[in-house]
Amino acid sequence: MTFMKDDFLTIGGVQLKSRLIVGTGKYKDFEQTRMAIEAAGADMVTVAVRRVNIIDRDKENLLDYIDPKKYKILPNTAGCYTADEAVRTARLARAAGITHLVKLEVIGDAKTLFPDTAGLIEAAKILVKEGFVVLPYTNDDPIVAKKLEDAGCACVMPLAAPIGSGLGIRNPYNIQIIRGTVKVPVIVDAGVGTASDAAIAMEMGCDGVLMNTGIAGAKDPIAMAEAMKYAVWAGRLAYKAGRIPKKPYATASSPVEGMIE
Amino acid sequence: MIRLSVNGEGREFGKEMTVASLLEALGTPPERVAVELNLQILDQHDYSRTVLKDGDRLEIIRFVGGG
Repeated sequence: MTFMKDDFLTIGGVQLKSRLIVGTGKYKDFEQTRMAIEAAGADMVTVAVRRVNIIDRDKENLLDYIDPKKYKILPNTAGCYTADEAVRTARLARAAGITHLVKLEVIGDAKTLFPDTAGLIEAAKILVKEGFVVLPYTNDDPIVAKKLEDAGCACVMPLAAPIGSGLGIRNPYNIQIIRGTVKVPVIVDAGVGTASDAAIAMEMGCDGVLMNTGIAGAKDPIAMAEAMKYAVWAGRLAYKAGRIPKKPYATASSPVEGMIE
Repeated sequence: MIRLSVNGEGREFGKEMTVASLLEALGTPPERVAVELNLQILDQHDYSRTVLKDGDRLEIIRFVGGG
């Protein structure tokens, strides 16, 4: 697709060839994960940080399938409920020696997985000072988004809807306000259910979309990954093309002159 | 004998050992993992010269699939 060739997204000095960032959770196996990422055309993928299983040794490593030389690895702090836990997890992720990027999550509640935005801002400030490139998963709250930008985050990643809910963008006007409020890239993260959700986010001028369950949970994850790739492209192109204004009445497409009588 | 806590599990070893030899004993390749010893993150270059003591608590992490 030549029209999208040089449409790079830069986050904290890291240049991405694709505006679709994908997660690596919930797949049947590592091979399916690899195929979905490839079909999505993603350049950046998220991973989680967990204990090595010392009782039942891991036979395979995710990174044997997702080559860190080929993809930008974005470790998350999923499952952390305090700023301290998230900071500790981010430091461990960096110590693994692959990246200084972190998808910062500080979760407020197990049922909604909504962010604890106070803890998020606190953790972001600490990690930015320590030289991390911080990509925060946040609420669709423009005030918090601005605070995260002021804290030095490389982008803001407001949720479309709760993680894994597939509800699409529940509060499009807030996402629009966030887009108009911050200068850093806006990545819609979480809640995307199908291709049109991703396209809508991009049509609104968001810089990218991050998703996991929307692809991994589909009946055919590989096909959905490809659908998401085109959706992000279509939405991005439509945004750049500039849509027509919405009007309540019709405007004829065919000439009114020269009608037969 | 030394007793260690590794990822929340108690482990006993007959003799003093380094972090590098612990990783080997656990069958964990040192690449792409990170080690925290008593809440302090270790530099990968220090694995072979860090000797573990009785009562040490370790967290060893790696990357898994996640969103």
